[in-house]
Amino acid sequence: MSSVRVLVGTRKGAFLLSADGKRGQWDISGPHFAGWEIYHVKGSPADPNRLYASQSSGWFGQTMQRSNDGGRTWEAVGNKFVYDGVPGTHQWYDGTPHPWEFKRVWHLEPSLTDPDTVYAGVEDAALFRSTDGGQTWQELSGLRGHGSGPRWQPGAGGMCLHTILLDPSSPGRIFIAISAAGAFRSDDAGQTWQPINRGLHSQYIPDPTAEVGHCVHRIAMHPSRPSVLFMQKHWDVMRSDNAGDSWQEVSGNLPTDFGFVIDVHAHEPETIYVVPIKSDSEHFPPDGKLRVYRSRSGGNEWEALTKGLPQSNCYVNVLRDAMAIDTLDPCGVYFGTTGGQVYASANGGDSWEPIARDLPAVLSVEVQTLS
Amino acid sequence: MIRVILPPHLRTLAKVGWEVELELEGQATQCSVLDALEARYPMLAGTIRDHVTQQRRPFLRFFACEQDLSHEPADAPLPEAVASGAEPFLIIGAIAGG
Repeated sequence: MSSVRVLVGTRKGAFLLSADGKRGQWDISGPHFAGWEIYHVKGSPADPNRLYASQSSGWFGQTMQRSNDGGRTWEAVGNKFVYDGVPGTHQWYDGTPHPWEFKRVWHLEPSLTDPDTVYAGVEDAALFRSTDGGQTWQELSGLRGHGSGPRWQPGAGGMCLHTILLDPSSPGRIFIAISAAGAFRSDDAGQTWQPINRGLHSQYIPDPTAEVGHCVHRIAMHPSRPSVLFMQKHWDVMRSDNAGDSWQEVSGNLPTDFGFVIDVHAHEPETIYVVPIKSDSEHFPPDGKLRVYRSRSGGNEWEALTKGLPQSNCYVNVLRDAMAIDTLDPCGVYFGTTGGQVYASANGGDSWEPIARDLPAVLSVEVQTLS
Repeated sequence: MIRVILPPHLRTLAKVGWEVELELEGQATQCSVLDALEARYPMLAGTIRDHVTQQRRPFLRFFACEQDLSHEPADAPLPEAVASGAEPFLIIGAIAGG
């Protein structure tokens, strides 16, 4: 019988939540790495027992962890992230040049085919890759070398590379997104890159339709249609039907155009999920109501999913890496909040229940569907 | 033999107890002690001093014999009591933060 394992990264450790395919009863293990910030935990699609975790601390910097047994035991692996060559400068908040400085790993994306190959998106924004199970890391410096790097600028959370999408039908194609530079695509396995931000509009940057400078929060794709991308950015939900060559707004009737997460239903490529958040300064759900919005039409027309979610006095946030979807039928949808709740729906979002209530602030949620 | 006391999170990371004992060839300095520590426990590399610059992380301090040695040169000899193993070399994390 199938089962699921939810991998939760929090401000103070990692937690693994396990259930059988009914997804009704959950076992929680953790905290793993108690007291450390765990920005992301993700399993290898090629070997579900191989997990990678990004562990960091204001005192001790970045460390990396790997498990070969589904998270029962862990071993520290390489934590040396050194930019290739002279890293140069990007823009600081005030527009002045600022040197590139490594701070932390935000996102880990294991290869679709090789458990020992894993990509890391880091702050200050760059893409690294390991081909030896995380022991050593090399920068794919063609991204920073694209030429627009000096015009990249940090978002409020830092200048992070937070999204890495690997195209299952075209092994050389990688999509990434950076806050606040925008989205980029490589068609040669990360050697060279092009910005893919045509159609994005960011009203408060000097040139609202600039090639780079957009605060993209998250991109999602369905593996059966890797040229169709969905984006939640700071202002607007967008979609692209041509692998990012152009984008159109599909915010439609959402109550706000701001949010962090976006994800795609496991079996319906036109069904997508977001969690609208009130901006620019509050960063909690509008009206104190925690609502996931679902579109069955690939955007524009959205319905609020509220059953089981708090509909009063809820002032949490849902951060950009904190939503995931399993591949069971019906698919499960999961998201975590800065209030420490992890909510799950075992019916594609129709109803929800908290599967963990009182964790530290949740930074990331991933799910593995295990057979 | 040099005795080193790590902050609790680094003990967990390196899977060691209260105190680490290191055999050192040559003069005992901050640099040589940390080199020996990182050679024996590679997972500690980068957690006490920066991988590239070798600068001490700002929220850590080095103490021995009731003295703060944090701003001593990295290649300065450590006190004889540390070099002989009579006193430990302490790596202390700032008691701050949330």
